[in-house]
Formats: sequence, C-alpha cells, structure tokens
Amino acid sequence: MTQAPVMTASHLARHYAVGGGLFSKPQTLRAVQDVDFELYAGKTLAVVGESGCGKSTLARMVTMIEEPTSGTLTLDGQAVTPDQWASVRQSVQIVFQDPYGSLNPRQRIGQILMEPLVINRPDLSKAEKEDRARQMLNMVGLRPEHFDRYPHMFSGGQRQRIAIARALMLDPKVLVLDEPVSALDLSIQSSVLNLLTDLQERLGLAYLFISHDLSVVRHVADDVIVMYLGRAVEKGPKEAVFDNPSHPYTKALLSATPIADPEHHKERIKLTGELPSPLNVPPGCAFAPRCWLATDKCRAERPDLTSGPHQAACFYV
Amino acid sequence: MTTLSTNSTERKPLIKSRALRRFLSHKLALIGTVMVLTLTLACFVGPYLLPYDELYIDLMSRFAPPGTNGHILGTDPLGRDIAARLFHAGQISMAVGFAVMIIATCIGSVIGVISGYYGGAVSAVLMRVVDAFLSFPSVFLLLALAAFIQPGPVMIALIISATSWMEVARIVEAEVKSLRNQDFVQAAHMLGLSNRWIMFRELLPNAIGPIIVAATLTVARAILLEAYISFLGYGIQPPLPSWGNMLNGAQQYLANAPWLAIVPGVAITIAVAGFNFIGDGLRDAFDSRSDLG
Repeated sequence: MTQAPVMTASHLARHYAVGGGLFSKPQTLRAVQDVDFELYAGKTLAVVGESGCGKSTLARMVTMIEEPTSGTLTLDGQAVTPDQWASVRQSVQIVFQDPYGSLNPRQRIGQILMEPLVINRPDLSKAEKEDRARQMLNMVGLRPEHFDRYPHMFSGGQRQRIAIARALMLDPKVLVLDEPVSALDLSIQSSVLNLLTDLQERLGLAYLFISHDLSVVRHVADDVIVMYLGRAVEKGPKEAVFDNPSHPYTKALLSATPIADPEHHKERIKLTGELPSPLNVPPGCAFAPRCWLATDKCRAERPDLTSGPHQAACFYV
Repeated sequence: MTTLSTNSTERKPLIKSRALRRFLSHKLALIGTVMVLTLTLACFVGPYLLPYDELYIDLMSRFAPPGTNGHILGTDPLGRDIAARLFHAGQISMAVGFAVMIIATCIGSVIGVISGYYGGAVSAVLMRVVDAFLSFPSVFLLLALAAFIQPGPVMIALIISATSWMEVARIVEAEVKSLRNQDFVQAAHMLGLSNRWIMFRELLPNAIGPIIVAATLTVARAILLEAYISFLGYGIQPPLPSWGNMLNGAQQYLANAPWLAIVPGVAITIAVAGFNFIGDGLRDAFDSRSDLG
C-alpha cells in the first residue's frame, strides 16, 4: 500500500494486576499481548474474536482510555504518549456497543452534538456550532426536528446514529467502532452499516471495527485481525482470511457462521473445551488445548505470525 | 438510506412532563401544595391587610382572645397582635427554611458528586465526614453551635444547613456512582470534556429528581429545627418573631391563653406537613418504576 497509515500500533500490550488479597500475590492478567496493526484512511480494519479475547481492551488503548503496558501507538507518524492524550484525543473517537448507555438521558440531541464544539472550538459562534450540529444530524440520516428531542424518544438504531454523529463532530481521523451494531435488530444493523460505509467514503475515515459477528465483518472490512486470548492469530486482507483461512481457529470460527444456502453442505468444526483463563495462558500456542492439529511442538513453543500480507500464527499453515 | 420515522401522529398530552403529570395526580401532594401556597401567601400578603403591625403594643387589650377588637387571632401578653406576629414570623421561618434548602443542597450536591465521581480514597474520606456529621444528634449540635454564635436568621440558617446537607450528599453520591461507568461519560472524556464539566453538566443533572425530593424534605426539616432552637431560646431572639419563639413565649400562659400556643403550633404543622406531602408526591412522581402503574 502506497498510502501512509493514519495510525500504527506495534507490539501493543496491556496487562492487569488482579487479585492480590492479604495473603496472595497479585497475578498478571495479560489481556492483550504483542498486537501490531496499521489503519489507513478510508479503510476498515476489523478485529474479530470471541468474548474475552482482548478486543475491547485493544479499543480502550487505541482510544486512549487506557495506557498500554508496553508497545507504541503512533498517530500520523507521531508517537502517542499519555502526556499528549489531551491534544490528540480529538482525532480518535469511539462509538460504543450499547446505544442506551452512550447518550446522556438529560441532554437534548442538539446539546449532545454541540457540546464537543463548545469545549474544543471556542472560536466558533453559537450559530455556527448549531449549524454544524444540524448538518451532522442530516449527514447521519436523522431529521431536523430531532434536534430538540431527548434520547429516550429514539429507537436503538437512531440512538446509534446520534452516537456516530457525536463522534464525528470533531472531525476525527480514526473511528473505533466497538461492536456498533451487535445491540441492534438485524434489519437496523444493515442500515447503520451502510451509513458507516457511506460516511467513510465521504470523510475518508479510518475504522477500527471490533466485532464478533463474522457476517458483519465480511460486509464492512478491508483487512481482518483474528484474535485469540490476547494475541493476533491471523491477519490479512478480508478476501484472503475469509476464503482461505490458515489458522485452525479461524477455520473453526468460519465454519460456525451459518451460510444462507440450502445446497451448501459444510463440515462444521466443533471446538471442544473452553477458552483458557487469560491468567494462566498455556505455554505453547494458546489455542493448542482446543486444536485438532496440535502436536507436542505446539504445546511447548509459541508460533509467531508468519510474514507477508496474509499472516497466521501456526506451525502447520 | 432508510430514515426511521417516529410516529408523527404522536398524541400530544396537555402537560408534557410525565413527572409533572404524575405529581398532579397525586392527591396528597396537591393538598400539600395548597397548604404551603396558602401559608406562604398569608405570610407575605397578610401583614398588609391587618390593622396592626407586629410590634404595635395595644396595652388596652392584652391577652385578648381571638376575634376581639380587630385582633383576628387574639393578642399576646404585651398586647401585640398575634396574626401580625404569626405572619411576620412565618416570613422569617420560611426564609430560613428555603435558605437552608439552598445551602444544604449545594453543599450536599458538590460533596456527593465529587465523592461519587472520583470514588476510591476521595469517596472514602468524604463519606466518612458525612458519617461523622450524621452521628451527632442534630439538635444537640445545633444548641452547642448556637450557644457560641450570635443568633440571627442568617446564622441560624447556616447552622441548620451544617446539619442538613448529608442526606443530599449521600443521595447524589449513590446516583453519580451508578452513572459514572456509563458509556456517555467515557464518550465525554474522549470528546475532551473536563472532569468538572462532566461532573456538573453531565452527571449532576441526572440526579436532579432525587435532589429535588431531598431539598423539599429539607425545607420541612429546617422549619422544624428552627422552631426547636427558637423554642429553647437559642434561635431567633425576640422582639423578632419566629414560630419557635412565639411558642416559647406561650409556655407559661397555656392554661389561660391557649391560643398563644395553638396558633403558631398549627402554622408549624401546616408548613411541615405541607412540605412533607409535596416531598412524598415528588418522590412518587420521579420514581420511574411507577411508570407502569
């Protein structure tokens, strides 16, 4: 790719200390380890994985809510460290999963949209702020009369549009979408996804799209990272990952996605066992205990991601 | 792109606010409102309609029973008109009540929102302070403070406020704590809003319902407390009348001139009961669980 990435993450990791009561030593929970990615303007990078694999922790680091334990995050070629958070935060915004908790129930929609400008753009007059808020409302497909209403008067899909509008008020470069449609009805999901694709084209936004829904990811992503227990296990362009999955975990995930084709008969790979505790990650490949291909080597050594555009962390690719 | 049309034929109720509608259908609350409004009106308009002012001494008609010689509610041992004194005292007592409400609600809200928002050590310290204040018997504290400070309406209001802000602090703290982890607070951080802005502009307005309820009940409590300390002689000092010191002056004449005690007693009862009824009504009106009923 010729274009320079908007955001680059290298070896991003986040550990938590948990427990540590009176008589026990605190344990380290490695929520995210050694994750690399690049975000490009106008492109969507999807992060998929099951619950507890570190997707949301990744989002919290990218949006500067939490500081990475190690690794670096660069935005437009500049390293982002906590002392610069306040100044660069505007460029990275987030849309949350739950449209019911993400809007202040006591504020009118207009107020919600104008608030970021009131704080960050004192140079604008009141009329200009209102003008921008109304334009944004229109851009996300809501009507002008919605400006003076309260959040409880809206449906989940409409609230999500408002949340998107609010995130875009400061002209961010990167938008983190933390499961933006998983709380919505299926019929509403597609209209919100279409809105997101539409906005991306118009505004040249880079999306970090976090989801566990593979059919949604297939619809919106350009590149995909598959995470398992805090690590990326497979990474590559969407077509490559979906049509030709290399890591056994990705194969298992994809085989579990229903396909709307009655003629289609595919063997579904059933994984046995549970996700191991991130407090006690197996020494070798984290997926080895559930993998049908696992050998002694897998249980002893951890495979690294292969190089190239389509990477997988498995000895038997 | 599909725009989800909200029901454009939405039925417009006469009164928009659900809370207000519920309040107006609450009988006791309406009675309370009428009681408080009547009393307030009487206290502030009444004095202009009476032939005597509160300090005029009519020596010819001391201990006049209600209704004699133009004294609607009778006169006191010095021949002063009780109705005039009652209304004037009402102005002072209610002013103290409202002043306490404002001061106590402000202090309580600020402490509560800071404690709830920051949590951890800040919350632990502030809430222990609240506990410490709560563990004093408030009447005792009031008397102790009043003994040191020159009593006057302003001082009395401050002293009562010092013993009444804790309930609001606890209510606000609990409310803010439950909202603090909602996504909209997170989003506000991302948009560059300062902690102070988030606390006072985002979180506090969400606790407005419980705050109003607590504030209303605080008025009732303050009126009662002011009456206590004035009755015991540490509050508002004569010749300035207050409901409490009118009762104090009536003690020794209970047998011969019972109206001296009954009149201010009834006024206190009406005020306190009225504010409590309003408070109860507001509590039910703001309680979202009663939406279903």
